[in-house]
Amino acid sequence: MDSETNNSRLPRRTVLQWFAAAAAAGEASALQGFAQSAAPATTGYGTDPNMAKIYNPGDVWPLTFSKAEKNAAVALADVILPADDLGPAASTVRVPDYLDEWISAPYPKQQKDREAVLPGLKWIDEESNSRFQKSFADLSLTEQQTICDDLCREKQPDPEWRKAAAFFHSFSTICIGAYFGTPEGWKAIGYVGNTPSGIFTGPPQEVLDELGLEQTVKD
Amino acid sequence: MPTISISEAREEYDVAIVGSGAGGGQMAYTLTLAGIKCVMLEAGRSYDPVKETPMFQTKNQAPLGGSSTPDKDFGFWDATIDGGWDVPNEPYTQASDKKEEQFKWWRARMMGGRTNHWGRISLRNGPYDFKPKSRDGLGFDWPISYRDVEDYYTKVEQLIGVYGSNEGMENTPDSPAGVLQPPPKGRVGDLMTQKAGSKVGVPVVPIHRAVLTRPLDADTIPAKLHPKNKKAQKIVADSMRKRAACFWATDCGRGCSIGANYQSTTVHLPPALATGNLDIIPNAHAREVTMGENGKAKGVLFIDKTTGKEERVNAKAVVLAASSGETVRILLNSKSKQFADGLANRSGLVGKYIMDTVGSNLRGQIPALENVSPHNDDGAGGSHFYSPWWLYGEQKAGKMDFARGYHIEIGGTRKMPGGNSPVPGNYLKGLYGTKLKEEARRYYGSFIGLACRGEMIPNENSYADLDPEVKDKWGIPVMRWHWKWSDHELNMATHAQKTFTEMIEAMGGTVQGKPNMRGKDTILQGGEIIHEVGGALMGDDREKSVCNEWNQTWDVDNLFLCDASPFASNADKNPTLTIMALAWRCADHIIEEAGKGNL
Ligand SMILES: Cc1cc2nc3c(=O)[nH]c(=O)nc-3n(C[C@H](O)[C@H](O)[C@H](O)COP(=O)(O)OP(=O)(O)OC[C@H]3O[C@@H](n4cnc5c(N)ncnc54)[C@H](O)[C@@H]3O)c2cc1C
Ligand code: SF4
Repeated sequence: MDSETNNSRLPRRTVLQWFAAAAAAGEASALQGFAQSAAPATTGYGTDPNMAKIYNPGDVWPLTFSKAEKNAAVALADVILPADDLGPAASTVRVPDYLDEWISAPYPKQQKDREAVLPGLKWIDEESNSRFQKSFADLSLTEQQTICDDLCREKQPDPEWRKAAAFFHSFSTICIGAYFGTPEGWKAIGYVGNTPSGIFTGPPQEVLDELGLEQTVKD
Repeated sequence: MPTISISEAREEYDVAIVGSGAGGGQMAYTLTLAGIKCVMLEAGRSYDPVKETPMFQTKNQAPLGGSSTPDKDFGFWDATIDGGWDVPNEPYTQASDKKEEQFKWWRARMMGGRTNHWGRISLRNGPYDFKPKSRDGLGFDWPISYRDVEDYYTKVEQLIGVYGSNEGMENTPDSPAGVLQPPPKGRVGDLMTQKAGSKVGVPVVPIHRAVLTRPLDADTIPAKLHPKNKKAQKIVADSMRKRAACFWATDCGRGCSIGANYQSTTVHLPPALATGNLDIIPNAHAREVTMGENGKAKGVLFIDKTTGKEERVNAKAVVLAASSGETVRILLNSKSKQFADGLANRSGLVGKYIMDTVGSNLRGQIPALENVSPHNDDGAGGSHFYSPWWLYGEQKAGKMDFARGYHIEIGGTRKMPGGNSPVPGNYLKGLYGTKLKEEARRYYGSFIGLACRGEMIPNENSYADLDPEVKDKWGIPVMRWHWKWSDHELNMATHAQKTFTEMIEAMGGTVQGKPNMRGKDTILQGGEIIHEVGGALMGDDREKSVCNEWNQTWDVDNLFLCDASPFASNADKNPTLTIMALAWRCADHIIEEAGKGNL
């Protein structure tokens, strides 16, 4: 059964309710009044943020990146998650803005990442300059990859490189969380969902066959 | 949600209810439909799930990808408001510096309490669970048996809507035919675990959850719930018609704007308000129960958080349902000449025998689940399958080193990604570029989490009292927690780890990290499962308990405790369905007494 026929069999009331649920998700400001404790920028969003709203980086606390940091972050994020058959480049789905939001957040976990990411971005430009006399963003992809390969080596005997490798790991973990949280990222990783449907048929027969499983909840 | 302020309150109500969660919601529902005038005090703000639930918001539309922060412990879109492990202005303390002797206290401060975001798992206690002491000599028997509660379980299931199947398993009661809604289909992780379970002797069956898999039958259920009360039938039918069936998307922990799952704010409070018999005062933090000269409760003293002033409501009976920890706190803070050690505390047992659920988790990586064809795995926004406890026989035969059971909750990982990495970091470390994306896609959804949720036996070392020094923002003494697991719980956790390892290996998978076979290292902290129960023990001897079988305190006969504080045991069955069943039963008792002119 395709979902269209299912949906058309739904009672009108149900469809209206779904519609209302979807509309509320898209409503940006009409419900602003609900949040009672609009959080001051330096203390996070508080325990009662407005949830009937869509947020953009910079909405709740000020961002940090300087021009140079932003350039390095864009370039590095795009090497880590480039445009390819699986999806667009990180920067086209605003991963760098998310990174900036992340390291600017006033919470302990994010503050810790900030301590790795800001010096790390500086380091990667310095490293690029000393190797190639250009900032990281101006390197060719091959040059950028040379540095990334060095950062990905399992053993890092040099303490400076150990630190840099730890930065690379934190940076890419934040990028991964950002990228796969976008609809483009869902496609890349294979998440399908967040769409209402009149019935849930469970995993498709092909998937059950692939796995040698049988659906045990019968109609 | 329509509310009033204290200036609009009546001179006197029939019943004052503290708390608007599962217990308070059920109490208000049953009493007001029977024509009893109630006022409800709720410490949190009002909340409208229809307008405020972030149904389809994606993770990238929240700050930090919606990941958890100290402000929102369970993530940005989680339905908890002004709550979490820490509540602003409302500290609590620990008697010990040792982590294993501490209790983590989760609270929500909002209309509907924790029911807005709970997991909706709704299991009946079985016959053994009301008489555990008779079975193994440990803990306490309840003064009631399964038969006393059975019909109330059925009523609650019919009202809130619970999906699941009847499996006829030991001490895992079936519901009467036609009561449960159809269970959802198994997801990949569920079916995989079920197959592995059958290899190692662990049954895996559909779980029971308070989610509508089809619309409630508003034409027939109301008459079953409220025979002979036409007005109630109509109100309840109208309310049921406003709830849609689940649309198989979105996370129930965010709440449900279409009313397809149970939360007090969509199921209990709307019909109660529709009777015209309920006034709700939000931002009203109850401080103590006020007493009359006659030894009866006469109302509640509370802080109006909007002004910081102390206010009072008067009522002929008082119901506390502020969550068991907070109910204990209110009793201990209600000191008077007659009750120098706290209200209804002549037994000295208020605050004693606090229980949580035994928690211990293990995750496996399952190669067979790598690169599975993408498909929609959202389902009913929470669990579909579980394992009810299956070793009653072995325990009875004395073959086990712990006395009570646990159930297993199954966590698939094909969920909406974002915020945190959808694949554990070590699988993607040292990768970048297309290779990184390919590996993320390969491993995404290939993990299965198994969680032990087990019974804790009440003990002398797990209790709460008032901190002698620390006070909250309004000068009210706060809770101080004391905690200790017994070997029964620690051994259970070890058993769970062994079982999970076998199950994961039976799936051809490998355990993530090292399974920890030492109970004390693998058991989660007290309170972490957020099944806080006990503190006002129910019993049949007034010297040895706080409440009688009607959730009525022995010492003050117009004072009722309708959250989990009267629980005499904490079966592995999650507590909320039982809280509601007992609250309905207690409400019927109040209605009957009121009919005799005894209010
Ligand atoms: C993440 C999570 C998942 C859960 N999953 C499940 C599950 O799957 N199954 C299950 O059975 N249980 C589950 N629970 C537990 C469940 O939420 C509780 O058992 C249930 O909500 C208890 O109902 P209650 O009425 O006692 O308390 P609550 O629902 O907490 O309501 C108490 C209310 O009282 C108010 N209050 C507190 N103090 C005062 C005061 N001094 N004055 C006035 N008002 C006050 C609070 O603000 C709150 O609104 C879960 C809990 C959490 C947090
Ligand atoms: S999964 Fe279903 S019940 Fe849960 S929130 Fe979504 S629509 Fe509501």
